[in-house]
This record gives sequence, structure tokens and C-alpha cells, in this order.
Amino acid sequence: MTTPAGAGAVPDLASTSPSFGQSRVARFVRKLARDKPLGAAGGAVFLFFLLCGVFADVLAPYGVNETSLEHRLEPPSLEFPFGTDHIGRDVLSRVLKGGQLSMVVSFCAAGLATLVSLVIGVLSGYFGGRLDMVLQRFVDAWMTFPDLVLLIVVVSVVGPGMVQIIVIVGLLYGIAGSRIVRGAVISVREQTFAHAAQSIGAQPPHILWRHIVPNVMPVLIVLFTTRVGAVILVEAGLSFLGLGVPPPAPTWGGMLSGTGRTYMYLGPWLALAPGLCLTIVVYAINVFGDALRDLLDPRMRGSR
Amino acid sequence: MTAEPLLQVEDLRVHFPVTEGVVFKRHVGSVKAVDGVSFDLYPGETLGLVGESGCGKSTTALALLRMLEPTSGRILFDGRDITSLSQREMRPLRREIQMVYQDPFGSLNPRMKVRDIVGEPLVVHGLAKDRKAYRMRVAELIERVGLLPDMAERYPHEFSGGQRQRIGIARALALEPKLIICDEAVSALDVSIQAQIVNLFKDLQDELGIAYLFIAHDLSVVRHISDRVAVMYLGRIVEVAAHDQLFSNPRHPYTEALLEAVPVPDPVLESQRDHQLLRGEVPSVTEPPSGCRFHPRCPKVLERCSNDLPLLEGEPGGRAVACHLHDHLHDGVTDRLQP
Repeated sequence: MTTPAGAGAVPDLASTSPSFGQSRVARFVRKLARDKPLGAAGGAVFLFFLLCGVFADVLAPYGVNETSLEHRLEPPSLEFPFGTDHIGRDVLSRVLKGGQLSMVVSFCAAGLATLVSLVIGVLSGYFGGRLDMVLQRFVDAWMTFPDLVLLIVVVSVVGPGMVQIIVIVGLLYGIAGSRIVRGAVISVREQTFAHAAQSIGAQPPHILWRHIVPNVMPVLIVLFTTRVGAVILVEAGLSFLGLGVPPPAPTWGGMLSGTGRTYMYLGPWLALAPGLCLTIVVYAINVFGDALRDLLDPRMRGSR
Repeated sequence: MTAEPLLQVEDLRVHFPVTEGVVFKRHVGSVKAVDGVSFDLYPGETLGLVGESGCGKSTTALALLRMLEPTSGRILFDGRDITSLSQREMRPLRREIQMVYQDPFGSLNPRMKVRDIVGEPLVVHGLAKDRKAYRMRVAELIERVGLLPDMAERYPHEFSGGQRQRIGIARALALEPKLIICDEAVSALDVSIQAQIVNLFKDLQDELGIAYLFIAHDLSVVRHISDRVAVMYLGRIVEVAAHDQLFSNPRHPYTEALLEAVPVPDPVLESQRDHQLLRGEVPSVTEPPSGCRFHPRCPKVLERCSNDLPLLEGEPGGRAVACHLHDHLHDGVTDRLQP
């Protein structure tokens, strides 16, 4: 690191003066669009799906479970933009409503998972010692069960339903993800600034909140966004096995593995509509998460 | 020196256990990082602590801050024994002892603004009463170390190494400590920046009367800033002297060797110098040599050196050396302590 002599008192002319009169959110969005166009696009796509989910009931042109014997397995048309399924339900309406369910399930479950990972990871990583030993052996034991087997067992005991799936998947991914958070916490804990805070006399809650958590934030963001995608897929898998959100409520996974798979040759739109939505959303949120992680890091500011 | 010492360290030892096995840990030895260190530090004084890597300088510093538990020995701060205080009892004392770290990059949280970094000690100790006074105090501290107050809004990565070190110093000053431990505080900086930071330390001392324990491996820096210098070798202090005495008239053979190793910034003179290089490697701290720690490498080794551990003898606050060559200085007192 070479610095000019007199490094102390020379004002840095290159520093950008913060523009006043603009909210932080607006500035952040502008920065996102300028520095991370792909991430911004991902965010926009994701926002679009989120809004579709929120306003699904208003946007859906037909009832979700409204059947019409005259319009069975019709290809996309002006009347039915995404076509109809084997009992004449409008696929667009079902995709919208299914998106709503998938969003709720994936957000809640991924949020819960991230929270669980954070709590276990921080306790285990920061306090270490015997607590770490006990917690991590528990995590080891937990991780020896295959995800799906555990899910099937628990769902068949407590019965299928949205809340059950959120809690189970949240815990499942949360406990597995705690290992990643733990590693990040340990690496931050050993940095000099964490020691410095301790030598100043800061208590563990202060150190955790001001030093550890902000510095594992990038890990949490990536964990959350990848989990959102994963939960959508797991929910689809459970629906396929008849253990997801029970029919006739539409979910993307259920549509894909139910009617979509059965009528793939007669009506490919049945699989394409939910399948594409799933792919696009999962991809969008991953790109968005990456951009978010980069932008929230102060070190990346000012660099393109 | 007339005043009472600010910091008294008596026979401080920090040993780290070496264990084998995962579940049933067997104690197979210990790393004697600090093994009987004693020194005094007076208010407003700078004591340089020098020695090569691994000799226990930083471990000593961490033990003084009670970030590491001393194995034995006593630490007195302002006449009060702080060796066995609990972490809770230690908290008010943390206002009195602050530390400046070696790494200007790792010692500042990259996700905090300079204001929050410098002001953190105030927040931690509940001294940030209202927002305005807090901001004023932080601005004052930032200016005090030669930075501009409007830099408070920036993040550490926007600064150079020297500037970051100034931020670290501002943080250490926030609580108006009586003692600042500088653990290799300038070693990571360019030579030109080193001089600026060392001068800043001196200015602060003149104005605020802070005492420094200045840990370094660079003798020229230590010479510039210290009132007295303590030389460490393998977990023990081998010589303490006022800086001019130590540099002009070293007594311990290890100190002599250290001074010999300082290069002269003149190629002609340097090539003509008669180097008396040390042979061998630094012995293991797990099994230090018997007697004088330095005897396997000492060019002036005596027969008794391999058996008797020489004690650091001398007047308090003055000159002291732990070497049998100088036993006659204090009536042949030798140490009965064996490691």
C-alpha cells in the first residue's frame, strides 16, 4: 500500500458528496440499476411475480377451481391466455394463484430457515466451546437424515398443509444452513476489530449486533435467496408426492407434477406455464440476491 | 522516576496447554509464551518492548488487557491488582487501558462508518448522552489525530493505511485512557507514514500524559519513541534500560546481537561492518533450554549459564539485565528458580 506523504490531512477530492433530498431507498434503486443491470432485472422480474401473487385474486380472469366441460385441454388463446387443463380450468388463473401460494410458502420458509441458521450459527460460532460441540453434533445427526425422508415422515404425522410445510422446511434448511453461518461467524470473530471491541469493554450482545451480524450479512443474503428457490422446488416435490399443500389448491409444483406431467403430450402448456414461472422466479431471485450482496458491502461502493 | 508506577507486572506467565486427543484430552505439555515477565511502567512514560517474532510480546499485551488469562504472576494497574478480576469487574478498567493494533485493515470493522468506529467506546461505556455532544466529541477526536471531521461519514476502506491507523488511535483516545498498548502499531506502515504516526503518538503523550507500552520489532522506531526499552527473548525480559543507554551500551549478549543486526543505511559502511551473527534457531517454547534461555546461541556463554536461570536484577525504573556476565553488578545474586 503506497500512500503519498501527508496522508493525514489532505481532503479527498474524489469523494462523492451524498445527494440530499433523496430517500436512501431511491438512491439504492438507482445504484442497483446503474451498477448491476442483471440484478436489477432480476429484482424487477421478482417484483412482478410478487405483485402478481399479491393481486392474484383480482388479476385472475376466472375462478381457480371453476371448470368448464366445453373448454377442456384448449391451447392458449385470447380467451384463455395460458390454455385450459383436462377439466377445463383456466391455467393462467391457476398459475397466478399458485404463484401466490408458492411465494408465501417459500418466503416464510426461507425466512424461518435463515433465522434459524443465524441463531444456531451465531451461538455455536461465537460462543464456541462446549455449546458449539453439543449444537454441532446435533446438527450432524440432523443432517444424516435425507431431507425428503424426514419431510415425508413429519408430514405424514402432522398432516399436509401450508403451515406445516413452512415450519418443517424452515427448520430443515435452517439447521443445515447453520453450518455455513457458523463458519462465517468464526472467521469474523477472529478478526482484529472483534478483538478490539472486546478490549474496549463491549459485551457480547453489542459485539454480535454491531460486528458479527453485519459482517455475516452477505452470507445470510445468499443463503436466503438460494433457499427461496430451493423451497419452491421442495414444495413442488412434496406436492408431487401428495404431501404438499392439498389439492384442489393450485401450486406450481402440484400443477407441474400433476396435470402437467400427465397431459404433457396432449397439452404441453400445462407443464410449460408453471414450469417457466418456477424457472424464471428462481433465477431472478438468485441474480437479485447476488447483486444485493455486492451492493450492501461498503467495500464495493464506488467500484464498478 | 519519583511517581508510583502506573503498571506493575510481576513474574507474569502465560502458558497454553498442548493437548492430544479429541474427546479425552491428554495434557502433553505447554507452550510457555510468556514465562516470568516483570516490568514497571510509569505515568506518561513510553516503554518499548522489543524482541523477535514469537518471543511473547503480543501475548504479554493480551494478558495485560485480560484478553488472555495469565497462568501466574501479578498485574497491578494504578496500585490495584487486576490479575484476578472478573470480566465484569474489569469493564470500568477498560476505559483506562486501550490498545492500538498492528493491522490497520483488520482492526476496523469494514461495515461501520468512521464515526461509529471512533465513537464505539463512548457508546459501550454509556458516555454518549445526547447526539450532538457525541458528534462533537467524535469530530474532536478525528481532528485530534490529524484527519478532517467530515471524514466521519466514510467507511474504512476509503482510507490509506496511515489514515486507518489514525482512526484506530482516535478510537483508543476516546475514553481518555492512562495507558495505550501499541502492538506493532506502525509495523505495517510505510517508513514515511511510520514517522508521522510515531510523531502523532509523541504529540499525544505530551498533551495528554498517556503512557505507552510500545511493542515493536523495529529497533529504530523504538529508539525514537521510547523512554526505556525492554528486550524480550523466548518469553522473558533479558534487559531493560533507558533508550540511550541500551543503544549505546548494551549489556546482554542478545541485545548486542539485536543491535548488530540493524542495517546501516549506507552501503559502504554496511559492507565494512563486522557482523557478529547469531547462530542457530530460536529454541522451542514448549521445551525451553535449561538455565539461561539464550545460552545455546550465546557467543559469550559461561559454564553456569546452562544451569542457572539469570534473574533480571536492577533498580526499579532503571537499568536491569538478566545475564551471568553482569552478576558482579548486583553481588552475584542468581536465581534459584528453575523453569
